Amino acid sequence: MKQVAQLAAVLALALFVTACGNNRQKWQTQSIAGIMPDLQFTLTDENGNVVHADDYRGKVKLMYFGYTHCPDICPLTLATIGRALKQLGNEADGVRVLFVSVDPKRDPPQQLKQYTNAFGPQFVGLTGTQDQLHALSKRYRVAYGYEKPDTNGDYIVNHSSAIFVFNDDGNAKLLMSRTDGTDAMAHDLRQLIQGS
Amino acid sequence: MPDRRILPAIAAAFLLLCTAAAFAASPVTASGAWIRLLPGDLPLAGYVTLHNRTRHELRVVGATSRDFDHIEMHHSMHMSGMEKMTPVKAVTVPAGSTFQFAPGGYHLMMWRKHDLKIGNQVPVTLQFANGSRTTITFIVKGPTQ
Repeated sequence: MKQVAQLAAVLALALFVTACGNNRQKWQTQSIAGIMPDLQFTLTDENGNVVHADDYRGKVKLMYFGYTHCPDICPLTLATIGRALKQLGNEADGVRVLFVSVDPKRDPPQQLKQYTNAFGPQFVGLTGTQDQLHALSKRYRVAYGYEKPDTNGDYIVNHSSAIFVFNDDGNAKLLMSRTDGTDAMAHDLRQLIQGS
Repeated sequence: MPDRRILPAIAAAFLLLCTAAAFAASPVTASGAWIRLLPGDLPLAGYVTLHNRTRHELRVVGATSRDFDHIEMHHSMHMSGMEKMTPVKAVTVPAGSTFQFAPGGYHLMMWRKHDLKIGNQVPVTLQFANGSRTTITFIVKGPTQ
């Protein structure tokens, strides 16, 4: 009888530990903890200053590669993130959305500033030299490329759909996509801000 | 012998019927037409759902507007983690069915001629392969829509 009680106690403890463990890792978007490297970059921000990942220490960071001459996917993605941030209320102040333009030729700092301001105060435009952008995209195993310009000189840029999420220390935590939707994004960002 | 006074009424009724028939024969109707506004002179995307009221498919082959220098039809695709966009020459609205220009898929890519503001109503004329045209009013909405 004593053995049964002991076994029950062990089982209960195991269940409790498992439950807590699951709770801690209950993400609605994809976890990339330990799979992707910490955030590191040297880029130019929307004010024309050279910046590093460490400059955003203390904030939860979302990093998305795009370009401003992208009328459909980029605004759709940024608007989806923006709606998720709205759900966070005041907690959204703990988040920075780093919009990395892979089209530095058409996206000088001023252009980026005007563009990211349209989506909210948490949005920051970054870009860099091709070497800097290649280093960053290689680090996160994403690609980008340019299509041939049309007769007006306009060209399409193909880019990643990934939204990489880093915690306040810059550790890679989550991989989000616009198709995850605002509720799932808001849920996971809140969990990350609260440090779970 | 019918009363002479009734003739104008009959004529009016006939005219009304004709007008109604003309409206019913409009091959395409549109709903939810809007444009996402972006800062500066960046190209914009327009979205609309087209309803084909006829018994044969309709092909949209172009779009024009007094407010835009040129308008192209584009298709965004999500393939193996990459976002790709391709210009398309035509889109098909199946017979008796609908076609959606919607965020993340087909859209009108629009290079504006002048500044637009949230709430502006912009007429856009779609051209069909059979030579017909239809003008749709698009509403300009904010970037975070």
